[in-house]
Amino acid sequence: MLSITRNLARPALARAFAPPSATAALHTLPELPYSYDALEPYISKEIMTLHHTKHHQTYVNGLNAAEDALSKSKSVQEKINLQSAINFNGGGHINHSLFWTNLAPSSGDGGKLPSGPLKDAIEKFFGSAEDFKKQMNAQTAAIQGSGWGWLGYNKSSKALEIVTTANQNPLLSHSPIIGIDIWEHAFYLQYKNVKPDYLNAIWNVINFKEAEKRFLEVA
Amino acid sequence: MSGKHNWPYAYNVLELYISEQICITINIIRRRANAMTPKGRIGLQAALKCNGGEHINHSLFRENLVPNNGDGGKLSFDNFQKEFSKAVLGIQGSGWAWLGVNPQTKVIEITTTANQDPLLTHYPVVGVDMWEHTFYLQYQNVKPNYLEAIWNVINWKEGEERHTDAVQKGVDAGLNVL
Repeated sequence: MLSITRNLARPALARAFAPPSATAALHTLPELPYSYDALEPYISKEIMTLHHTKHHQTYVNGLNAAEDALSKSKSVQEKINLQSAINFNGGGHINHSLFWTNLAPSSGDGGKLPSGPLKDAIEKFFGSAEDFKKQMNAQTAAIQGSGWGWLGYNKSSKALEIVTTANQNPLLSHSPIIGIDIWEHAFYLQYKNVKPDYLNAIWNVINFKEAEKRFLEVA
Repeated sequence: MSGKHNWPYAYNVLELYISEQICITINIIRRRANAMTPKGRIGLQAALKCNGGEHINHSLFRENLVPNNGDGGKLSFDNFQKEFSKAVLGIQGSGWAWLGVNPQTKVIEITTTANQDPLLTHYPVVGVDMWEHTFYLQYQNVKPNYLEAIWNVINWKEGEERHTDAVQKGVDAGLNVL
C-alpha cells in the first residue's frame, strides 16, 4: 500500500491515503476540484454526482472496513482472506482519486494538450495526439467486463504505453498518467451502450496539465 | 422455451412487473389461496395469470428450488434472498449470479461467474445478470432494490424444468440454449 502512495506525489492524494497505523487511520472521500456539473455536456451532473458520492464513497467505506478487519485479524488465513477486499476497495479508491484530478472543465484545462514534454512524448510514442486518442479508445473499449484504460509510463523502458486494468485493480506495472473509467456506471446514464460516444467525449475534459505534472514526476 | 432462443413476451410486460406491484400482490393472493377450498383455488388461477400469463410466481416451484442451509433444512425464501444478495455483492466487477445444480451432489447451490463467463461448474437453473447495464438506468447504484424486484419476474416454471432435467437426467441447460 505504501509503495503505491509513493507514485502519487500530489499532496491532496497523500492526505487521502493516510498510512495505516496501530489505530488504523481512516481514508476519506477527496473533494472534487470542480462542481458536479462542471464537466457537462461531456459527462453529466447526474453521473458525476452518483459516481463520486455513491460509487467512490462505497470504495472508501469498504477500504476502511477491510483495513480495520486486517488490523484486528490474528491468523494468516484471515489476512489472506481480506486481500481481495483490500485490492478491490483500495484499487477503487486509488483509481477514482486519480480520475477526478485527471478531469477538468472544458472551459478550463480540460481537453487542451499544451506544447511541452508530454505532447512531445505522446507524439514520439504514438505518432500524433489523435492517433494516441484513437488507440487509447480502442484498447479501453475492448476491455471485456469492467475496468480502466490507462496512459502509463513504463519506468524500465522509459516509454509511454497504453495499458488496461480489470475491475478495480490499480495500475501497478506503470506510473499512471491518464486513466479512463470504463465501468458502465461511468457513462451508462448518458451514453447507454454506446461506449465510443463516451470515449470520444471524455477527451474534451481530460486534464492534460495534470497529466504532464504526473509525467514530469516520473519520467 | 428451452432450446429456442427467442424473446417470448413484449418488453412492456416485464416493465409492469419490475415497475409495479402486480406480482407482489399475486403472492399475497397465493398465500391466502392455500386456506381456500379446491374450487375457490381453481377460480383464483385465472386471476393469477397476469399480462400474458406465462410468468406466474409459482411458490411451489420456488420453494423446491431454494437451497439448503448449513443445518440441512431448507432456507426460507427470505433467507435465500439474503444469501443470494451476499453472493451478488461479492462480485467485484461485472458478472452473473446463479442458482445451479452441483453435478456431483445434485444439490442446488448459489454461485457466481465473472464478466460473461458461462456457468461451467454447475447446471444453470436461474441466472441473474449483475452487469451494471442490466439495472443502472432504473436503479442506479442501488443493487439491493434491483435484486428485490427481479424475483417478481424470475420464471420459476422454467427454472423447475431445468432443475428436474439436471437432477433426474444430468442434462445441462446451458449446453442446449444455442
